Amino acid sequence: MNIHEYQAKELFDRFGVPSPKGKAAATPKEAYDAAKWLDVKNLVVKAQVHAGGRGKGVFKSGFKGGVQLVESPEAARDVAAKMLGEVLVTKQTGAAGRLVRKVMVTETVSIEREIYLAILMDRESRRPVIIASTEGGMDIEEVADKTPEKIIRESVNPLAGLQAYQVRKLCEALGFNTTARQFGRLLHSLYKLFIECDCSMVEINPVVVTTDDHIYALDAKFNFDDNSLFRHPEILAMRDPEEEDPREVMASEFGLNYIGLDGNIACLVNGAGLAMATMDIIKYYGGDPANFLDVGGGATKEQVVAAFKIILGDPKVKGILVNIFGGIMDCDVIASGIVEATREVGLSLPLVVRLEGNNVEAGRQTLANSKVALITATTMADAAQKIVAAVQ
Amino acid sequence: MSILVDESTKVLVQGITGSFGARHAQLSIDYGTQIVAGVTPAKGGQTFDHAGKKVPIYDTVSAAVRESGATVSVIFVPPAYAGDAILEAVDAGLDLVVCITEGIPVMDMMRVRAMMEGSKTRLVGPNCPGIVTPGRGEKSFGGCRIGISPGYIHKRGNVGVVSRSGTLTYEAVWQLTQAGYGQSTCVGIGGDPINGTSHIDVLKMFNDDPETEAIIMIGEIGGNAEAEAARWAKEFCKKPIAGFIAGATAPAGRRMGHAGAIVGGEEDTAEAKKRILAECGIAVAETPSVMASTLLQRWGK
Repeated sequence: MNIHEYQAKELFDRFGVPSPKGKAAATPKEAYDAAKWLDVKNLVVKAQVHAGGRGKGVFKSGFKGGVQLVESPEAARDVAAKMLGEVLVTKQTGAAGRLVRKVMVTETVSIEREIYLAILMDRESRRPVIIASTEGGMDIEEVADKTPEKIIRESVNPLAGLQAYQVRKLCEALGFNTTARQFGRLLHSLYKLFIECDCSMVEINPVVVTTDDHIYALDAKFNFDDNSLFRHPEILAMRDPEEEDPREVMASEFGLNYIGLDGNIACLVNGAGLAMATMDIIKYYGGDPANFLDVGGGATKEQVVAAFKIILGDPKVKGILVNIFGGIMDCDVIASGIVEATREVGLSLPLVVRLEGNNVEAGRQTLANSKVALITATTMADAAQKIVAAVQ
Repeated sequence: MSILVDESTKVLVQGITGSFGARHAQLSIDYGTQIVAGVTPAKGGQTFDHAGKKVPIYDTVSAAVRESGATVSVIFVPPAYAGDAILEAVDAGLDLVVCITEGIPVMDMMRVRAMMEGSKTRLVGPNCPGIVTPGRGEKSFGGCRIGISPGYIHKRGNVGVVSRSGTLTYEAVWQLTQAGYGQSTCVGIGGDPINGTSHIDVLKMFNDDPETEAIIMIGEIGGNAEAEAARWAKEFCKKPIAGFIAGATAPAGRRMGHAGAIVGGEEDTAEAKKRILAECGIAVAETPSVMASTLLQRWGK
């Protein structure tokens, strides 16, 4: 799950990670008020969307730049009016762009130097790892590639937590001296935030040192562990369904695991591994999968119907492949669900069904008796070849 | 022989009274597995009744172990409590803990693994289908089924199967069984980024097991566990291996169902993993439809 920049600032404030003063605004008037409240000469207005590259982005209206420097509340209001309700296209949004529904107005700071700082869950060492670099504000993957010696890694024992000596090591490596205590406080606060909010990653690029020796987190990116959201209602409340694929939102309501892709063959599968493998075999036989969809181990008829609706909501879809290995589940129950679903949604596209496992003979019989115009398949290879042929 | 578990293994079930735990405890009893105790806090003293058997229920794992002599535990506890359930089983001194639970927070698993350092207990999972050592009866009944795999698809034999995915394991097992080749033991290690047992651990056990003659290793995008196992196998494994990696079509940065299945870097794509497997002498199945036939060909059958 991702959050907006203004929401990241809320989390920073809660945990005591210093960041420039600012406020979110949903209308030009609110942007004006925020600028008044800030009461500084130099301001920045930033469009709030879940995508990077905002500064170089272009609005569909023709207005250039999702990040604008302004010098008065009036100018903040005017710039906000050009962003709010408009669609911003950046290199990360794709051609469709994203509708801007909020902007953030903050004070600007005069930057002396920039640091890269991130904490992430490292699966190999099974520990949180702090990654830092003096090359802040840059593309960190490029830094890691060209000058790997400039990437500092510090691994934290999860039972003991971040130790004072580790902070001293990092301060030395990053060249902090007069501001070392400030940076230490920021790091401790950030580590606490990372642990307590069940983050899988928090990245600040950059942490800035100002000309008057203050340290601020300027831009942040958060990733939260989806498995932990049940114990973080406050973070779940930050979820912005408008920023997500509506089909994925609907799928999650039905307990389905759906990810939209670019192809034209929809798939409906039980189990994540088998679902990925089904996409792979479609590709292998020359087709292009339209989605990943795992209906889980105990799919109900309602879930199968919802799954069909989600699949058919994608106008690119030209055919459907259902691949079920009914281990414990009765294949006949699944077959009945498929038949009911196709009747309910009025299917007109080619449908290939491959059923295997428990009570499969009865399931195949149910499909045959249903008079639903579907193509049955025995193996995964058979199923993939049939659906690829059917959509051509 | 087999690995980890066999027909005589005594198993206790944590979360035996929940609907999921109860259903699979029943199926394991039907399969012939020695389910000797259940644990559900506050339900100690009751029994779990199925097919004429009365399985005693205890409040704590330590009491269940003391009274029943169980050496293996299987966990069907909801995600919020599963970390605690694993640690309770470790504290009770079990040899093996198999955690089926899906959706445990990564931070919880990080702490569990850190606290398990130095303990003698092996953890398999979480978010896994479990372990099956097939029996010698009809449809492989009479074996040890721990978890949620369908028992009847198995057949006792000489192929070891290790996988991160449930249904993809069933697919491989079913292909083997239909081709007339049985399995020594099938181990689902689970789809989470932090788990107890990795591919390499299971490969080592299969390599040392005299009954296992050939191995199928199934992996997916994310992490470096398959590459690590393949590099070990190149050096030390004496047995033919076929591999399959799911997720060739998965876009980078998207979590594909399993919490661990996410492409982060260059080395954890399906393409990179397949290349490493092949370089290490593992026969790579090009599609999931040919996992068994790829092995049989390499095995010279």
